[in-house]
Amino acid sequence: MRYLPHTDDDISAMLKVVGVGSLEELFSTVPEDCRKKEPLDLPDPLTEWELNQHMASLAATMATMPEYKVFVGAGSYEHFVPSSVLSLLGRSEFVTSYTPYQPEVSQGTLQGIFEYQTLICRLLGMEVANASMYDGASALAEALLMATRISKKKKVAISRLIHPHYREVVKTYLWPKEYEVLELPYLKDGKTDLSALDGMTELAAIAIQSPNFFGCIEDLAALRKKASEREAMSIASFTEALAYGLLKNPGSYGVDIVCGEGQSLGIPQSFGGPSLGIFASKMNYIRSMPGRLVGKTADKDGKRGFVLTLATREQHIRRERATSNICTNQGLCAMGAAIYMASVGKNGLRELAKLNYDKAQYLKRRLEEAAFKIRFVSPTFNEFVVEFPSNFEQTYNRLLDQKIVAGLPLASYYPELTNCYLLGVTETKTKEDMDILVRGIES
Amino acid sequence: MKEKLGTTGLVMNEPLLWERGGNGRCGFSIPRRDVESFPINEDLVGPVPDFPELSEVDVVRHYTRLSQWNYGVDTGMYPLGSCTMKYNPKVNEKYANLPGFAGAHPFLPPSMAQGTLKLMYDLEHFLSEITGMDATTLQPAAGAQGELTGTMLIYAFLRSKGIHRSKFLIPDTAHGTNPASVSLCGFHPVPVKSNEDGILGPEAVAEVMDEDVAGILVTNPNTLGFFEENIREISEIVHGKGGLVYCDGANMNAVMGIVEMGKIGVDVMHLNLHKTFSTPHGGGGPGAGPVCVKKGLEPFLPVPRVVQEEGTYRLSYDYPGSIGRVHSFYGNFGVMIKAYSYILSMGPDNLKKASQLAVLNANYIKESLKAAFNLPYDRPCMHECVFSDKQQNVHKITTLDVAKRLIDCGFHPPTIYFPLVVAGAMMVEPTESESKETLDEFIETCKAIANEAEEDPDLLHEAPKNAKVRRLDEVTAARQPCLMG
Repeated sequence: MRYLPHTDDDISAMLKVVGVGSLEELFSTVPEDCRKKEPLDLPDPLTEWELNQHMASLAATMATMPEYKVFVGAGSYEHFVPSSVLSLLGRSEFVTSYTPYQPEVSQGTLQGIFEYQTLICRLLGMEVANASMYDGASALAEALLMATRISKKKKVAISRLIHPHYREVVKTYLWPKEYEVLELPYLKDGKTDLSALDGMTELAAIAIQSPNFFGCIEDLAALRKKASEREAMSIASFTEALAYGLLKNPGSYGVDIVCGEGQSLGIPQSFGGPSLGIFASKMNYIRSMPGRLVGKTADKDGKRGFVLTLATREQHIRRERATSNICTNQGLCAMGAAIYMASVGKNGLRELAKLNYDKAQYLKRRLEEAAFKIRFVSPTFNEFVVEFPSNFEQTYNRLLDQKIVAGLPLASYYPELTNCYLLGVTETKTKEDMDILVRGIES
Repeated sequence: MKEKLGTTGLVMNEPLLWERGGNGRCGFSIPRRDVESFPINEDLVGPVPDFPELSEVDVVRHYTRLSQWNYGVDTGMYPLGSCTMKYNPKVNEKYANLPGFAGAHPFLPPSMAQGTLKLMYDLEHFLSEITGMDATTLQPAAGAQGELTGTMLIYAFLRSKGIHRSKFLIPDTAHGTNPASVSLCGFHPVPVKSNEDGILGPEAVAEVMDEDVAGILVTNPNTLGFFEENIREISEIVHGKGGLVYCDGANMNAVMGIVEMGKIGVDVMHLNLHKTFSTPHGGGGPGAGPVCVKKGLEPFLPVPRVVQEEGTYRLSYDYPGSIGRVHSFYGNFGVMIKAYSYILSMGPDNLKKASQLAVLNANYIKESLKAAFNLPYDRPCMHECVFSDKQQNVHKITTLDVAKRLIDCGFHPPTIYFPLVVAGAMMVEPTESESKETLDEFIETCKAIANEAEEDPDLLHEAPKNAKVRRLDEVTAARQPCLMG
């Protein structure tokens, strides 16, 4: 086996040094009744060449671009990723290193993450961002837990227009501690009904997502105001980070914690993971923040360098009193997002974000012209909800046969939205792709 | 004398991203605009984020230089204890990047996603077989999230029987994530002392086990590198009072094909795909922390689960007892691909062989270095061994100094100051990837450093000298945090 370097001579020589007669004898401390008696029942090993075939055959079953046109976002977005980003991210010094516990030989990772933290702060208008969480869902759950720690209150309110999966993760995380999770309904215009907060007391935090699950841009100023009135923390979640290349950032509204999904920033969709949990807040909450932080410092000779810092918040120091149990995060994905943000830059970001907006507007208009109903009137970024006629399911399945996925049906998440579909459009879809989609729906 | 591995090389300085570049540069091929520009309510529009303006060449040079300041497994031996820094096969990366996988939307209808679902289904079964457990979830994104998930499964199991318990037993050799994870689940961690052999004694567990204890979280093999020999008896004690046994499987690399966790009383355990199953650590992730359980806990596993009917795969949510979801979608699928590829490349015999060689390597280092460094527990070890700086303290040399000197000599240091039960611990886990020649070089280097500690201690105090930077001021970094530029 090419990954195992030991020759028979090596093994004999080493066993001799250890003072045992065989490899089996090395396990003398494992009691007989703990041993596995039979060999592992696993497939026989494949050669690299056989495995190439096998993996290619599995991958070939998948419906992906450019053959398939998938008009779905809903938390995972098809964006172009420059080859330079993938190539740099494949450098083995980034890929095969551990969490930077020895800063002198980890400055690449450390400076890279420091730059990531900075670019995320600039994107979201926040004062501090951590080195990443697992994904958008756990970032939100951790934000809510952070708010309960700061406020010492046990109740949170979250919008029903937060990604349904994120709300499920929040409930899982908050369930054993018996925190109460209240859901805020939505209005006819596709935004959260913040008036539902009236009468709710003792809230640790109020969380909404913008753009929300229906693609609509929420009123973060109103969130901030409602939260301050109740001495609750305001939390803005998001699934499409690219939106903040165009939209006013959450920080400019004074939101306390911003958390969401960074997959759009140069990370392949990979069937939903690995992706990137983004987490940022105001500086005065720093000691309550979960996750790793990289800080700037100097070495013995006064030279600039970077270290993991404020570790007294973390599990390996504080153990059960830590701000989170997170240890391994999504470091390489954060690095990838930084490389992507550096590549796209100030000039590319706005243009790309506006292009996403315009393409979605184009499709929206074409569907409206074809007499389909755009379900919610609020402005959107690159996703929106369409209400189709009641027999649409047949059309949807016919389009699947034509290698087009015409949105995500919403009824299983919002039973009241029968025949409603969430459509997403990014820069990867051409005008022609959209025209074909509309014609396909019409016929 | 043979040349040392570590040397100086030409390493470039590189400013921060925003300290370079020029107005108007862009390193991205802007996609064609084939639709008109539509108006947008100006109140919604913000200023353009202040990102740097760089060409593709600027970006490539920047990150290439940064990468050269890092030490990775591909650079050399990386013996971080309890981290299992084994070789990360190149071919696994290729598979994860196949367009069919990398470009797959998680909401694809199942008929269009059979390949990913089959891979997940098969991987779950492989991991169940390797651990000897009955069912597996791949959803947790890292070991700590696996711990949290596993602890919640225990909470849910007890609660389904109307039982509410407040405490969880955690041995003193535990990873820091262990107490933090049970605490997130609302349990109060109760420490259990390991005995003079560095393992748990049944009497120590019996002493603290009562009807308010939900379970015990045992790392096995533990962080001193020892197999918890009394695990069956401990399991009986815990089960006897209605508690459950959680095994932290971070160190599973020692016992694949050798110990059947499902038969020794373990009810739930997690694995770290980025340790035992060769997926790279990425400078801090992404990892994956699958959780394997016995039958009784299966109804509580996170949803969705992958099910198979007549060769067709789909996702099922039909588990009313489930604790719910722990990930935005199905977990770190890209990491699962690499673990799956590793298992298929290795096959059953080589997986067992990998564990045997990992244990051989650790014992070889232990025997070869126990004269040069204090070995607090001189017993046969599993995948890792723990030394201390006791002998070097006489010369005012600490574990930190030894670690930094190792850097100058071309090796990544071991895990230091952990486990906490050994003062000045140096926890060495060579893994099976290292050849005898490399181990010999490491051993000679460590012995030379032990000599230097006596004869030329300043060499250690001043180390590292060959790295990109010298020792960094961590105190100022924490007192006056500068977290963005």
